Amino acid sequence: MPDVNLTVDGKKITAPAGSLLIEACKSAGIEVPSFCYYPGLSLQGACRMCVVKIEKMPKLQTACTTTVTEGMIVATDSDEVRQARKAMVELLLGNHPLDCPVCDAGGECELQDMTFSYGASESKFIETKNHREEQQWSPVVYFDRPRCILCYRCVRVCGEGMDVWALGVQNRGVSSIIAPNISAPDQDAHLDCEECGMCIDICPVGALTSGAYRYKTRPWEMNHVGTICTHCGDGCKTTLGVRRCDTGAEIVRGDNRDKSGINGDFLCVKGRYAFDFVHHKDRLTEPLIRKNGKLTPAAWEEAFELIGTRFKEIRDHDGGSAIGVVGSNRTTNEENYLLSKFARSVLKTNNVDHHRTADYPALAAALQGKPGKTASMRDVLTAPAILLIGNDPTNQHPLLAWQIRTNVRLRRAKLYVINSAPIKLRRQATAFAMVPAGAEAKAVAFLAGDDSLLDSLVSDATNRDAWIALREKIRAEQNIVIAFGSELRGQDVAKLVSFAESLTGAKLICLGDYANSRGASEMGLYPDLLPGYEPIASAGKFQKEWGDLPVEKGLSLPEMVEAAKAGKLKALYVLGSNPVGRLGIDPFVLSKSFVVVQDMFLTETANIADVVLPAANAYEKTGTYTNTCGDLQLVKKAGEVSNTKPDFEMIVRIADAMGFDVSGLVPFGSGTHSDMGQSRGAQSGEADRHAVWLEAHNLEPKMTPFDPMAILDEIQRVVAGYDISRVNLLAGNDQHLEIAESGASAIQPPELIVPARDDLFSSGTLGRYSKTLNSVFENKSAVPEVAAD
Amino acid sequence: MRFSDEFETRFAEMLTHYPTRRSALVPTLLYAQDEVGRLSDEVIAELAQRLDLTELEVRNVISYYSMLTTKPRGKYTVQVCTNIACMLRGGEELLDHCKKKLGVGHKGTTADGLFSLEEVECIGACSWAPAVQVNYDFHENLTNAKLDEILDEYRKKGTQ
Ligand code: SF4
Ligand code: SF4
Ligand code: SF4
Ligand code: FES
Ligand code: FES
Repeated sequence: MPDVNLTVDGKKITAPAGSLLIEACKSAGIEVPSFCYYPGLSLQGACRMCVVKIEKMPKLQTACTTTVTEGMIVATDSDEVRQARKAMVELLLGNHPLDCPVCDAGGECELQDMTFSYGASESKFIETKNHREEQQWSPVVYFDRPRCILCYRCVRVCGEGMDVWALGVQNRGVSSIIAPNISAPDQDAHLDCEECGMCIDICPVGALTSGAYRYKTRPWEMNHVGTICTHCGDGCKTTLGVRRCDTGAEIVRGDNRDKSGINGDFLCVKGRYAFDFVHHKDRLTEPLIRKNGKLTPAAWEEAFELIGTRFKEIRDHDGGSAIGVVGSNRTTNEENYLLSKFARSVLKTNNVDHHRTADYPALAAALQGKPGKTASMRDVLTAPAILLIGNDPTNQHPLLAWQIRTNVRLRRAKLYVINSAPIKLRRQATAFAMVPAGAEAKAVAFLAGDDSLLDSLVSDATNRDAWIALREKIRAEQNIVIAFGSELRGQDVAKLVSFAESLTGAKLICLGDYANSRGASEMGLYPDLLPGYEPIASAGKFQKEWGDLPVEKGLSLPEMVEAAKAGKLKALYVLGSNPVGRLGIDPFVLSKSFVVVQDMFLTETANIADVVLPAANAYEKTGTYTNTCGDLQLVKKAGEVSNTKPDFEMIVRIADAMGFDVSGLVPFGSGTHSDMGQSRGAQSGEADRHAVWLEAHNLEPKMTPFDPMAILDEIQRVVAGYDISRVNLLAGNDQHLEIAESGASAIQPPELIVPARDDLFSSGTLGRYSKTLNSVFENKSAVPEVAAD
Repeated sequence: MRFSDEFETRFAEMLTHYPTRRSALVPTLLYAQDEVGRLSDEVIAELAQRLDLTELEVRNVISYYSMLTTKPRGKYTVQVCTNIACMLRGGEELLDHCKKKLGVGHKGTTADGLFSLEEVECIGACSWAPAVQVNYDFHENLTNAKLDEILDEYRKKGTQ
């Protein structure tokens, strides 16, 4: 659209025609205060904080609802305007409790800020204030009615943004109140919703507060660390508020004040609240060694010594193939890479696997040498059309669902859904086609032109004509993003890719379940693939880096179990994974093997181990994650629980205990010590100046064998597609990786994929130990579907 | 739940008046209230489902309008206007008079279930203030004495 010219406060500015005056001012660096206006939500015009004077218009106008016109002359800061704003603030404060000293929002409250900038220092209001006790609406949502300024942001974000419509406005005029969807006499009214906490974050004041955080601390007493959520595969940026505590650094809050992430405004219940597994009372904080049949606390040295000796004995006596390694979907890329390398070059085994939840290798194989064919999470927000095959993003990929809804709402993107269940996103769909369960692959073949399959797809829900019409529409789309779940595997992925190639500009997203499922896959946690989907047969590049490697294809997880049964698997090394609990492996089978488990909790697998090492989680370490789209992001250390260690360090220590020269494993400098001074302020909240200095000089990464950044150097050098800008990464930006540069990959047996089937309120082992998720889950049986438009 | 045939006919007709179903909400609520006496949880659930709305949205609308109620009311709802025009011409005195006569306050219902009393904002009869609305009927240019007559008449009608 052409630009229009206008004058604001004497300054000549231009803005695209059709833009709102408030946005035009913002782009020109002129701030117009607002409460009810929120970018991306429908216009409300309720608070009148944004009033400005526009020449030739009789009264003050709301900048949030006025579109710019040619020649408009605007004053945003005249006496008249300031007086009006002052009056608005006074009105808002009329019934406000002014309990800022005990309010969660104190210090981060927009009403405080506005009062500071525009407010009156005295009030004419002398009547008794209308008080109402705080109400608990759900395990995570609390409402303090008198603080509410009726901006309706919460109502809109829940309805328009989340498509949950759980909040409403009741009564009229001064008696208006925000009300939750389950009506009950007074104090029992409550919410039945997705518990995302979006309403809390968007509330400009402290009216909606979070069960996890309320009354815990003051905002300025925390350090704020922007890192990546460790739950699903979408990779939202979450800001963790961290405070010092007896046992290290405590995470007290999760939110998304830093809107620079791929998730913009969004976080689901897990990213916002489910960090609390970190402080669960069952968290392991001591190594355990099985003595006389019982797991008994032991010293770290003793544990490493024992593991080192046994692993070395077994490798030297029975060969590396008698050792199995199971990696994690939640460890960092650096740890996964290191594990891959450790397994091959130290343990001398290719028996490497992980809990697979999506067929990334199939995607890599199909896209080798074809650049630009995968979509980033950001692309989903802007694509003109989206095709979703399988999966239920509302439950399994909440951010993806948010991106899709937002795109449909704000940009009128077309959404086509093919699913065996009436998933909630059908509400946004241009066309929804129901397939018989398990027939997703047939639908793909049909889309690609195989009409013989049409009969098997037709049902009462989607008839023949509907299928044909759907195919016509999809074929006519340009730059469509195609997201598919684990319903499609192996050859079916290849078929989908070739169908996508027949469309102009189509891009793909393969949906896996855990925070770093994609990273585990890309770093070669497969028995026949090295990092970058390099088949072990073509290990040349890695041989140069890693030294001699075993060349025989290794065992997959079920094959390892078979080998254990036959007494051939003498040792199993499991990191951050619970195959016994998740994949239904009979624990008895492993009773003869020497089992080492690194985990946070005594999972079913840890329970049968010979040695258990207490691990740190992603919120307690630094590294990178690759989300399910292939967006690489920096994970930053936020919390700390003393006497746990990152998996990275433990791998290095085990290699060391095996007598391996660890400089061959992790490149690091000599003669320098990591402890060059105090790296954390004595007072909580004090900036970590030393670390900042080190990072600025790119020093820390090279200094210790425990520093993951040294391995990131190596990953960037040898793993195809990972050669992105380090500066950009350190700045906290997401970068989309190019899978086309990967190795030839290898077709994997489809049955090895076991979807996690987590929903909004579960998250594998982490979810089991998250009090919030459990309380939310117990509070409801199912999220009701709603009818509002 | 089941409504009368008459309700169903009116509902079906009402739907044809609007481009979207939800727009038929307010008249439908009135019909339902007339028939059931109040907008019970059951009525709310039913109408929400029929009009493709959430129950919350239906409640939001009900709470906005003073003529809609979720609580049982008397047979006759006496709504006394005390907004500016009526206030200047004795609306508040009328309200006080009603309170005394009926023995109930704002939003109260008499023990015999005959009358409910409500103080309301402008009912659009300012030119003939002070005004009172009883169910759907307006009574204008009132005095205490006139109002007594009117209430007695309703009592007669209601107890016949
Ligand atoms: S927590 Fe989320 S789903 Fe629940 S009311 Fe708030 S915005 Fe709506
Ligand atoms: S609760 Fe907060 S977000 Fe919702 S209307 Fe009130 S002030 Fe606005
Ligand atoms: S959508 Fe996924 S990545 Fe984002 S906050 Fe939720 S669980 Fe975390
Ligand atoms: S921001 Fe414009 S009216 Fe509220
Ligand atoms: S003021 Fe009473 S009818 Fe208008």
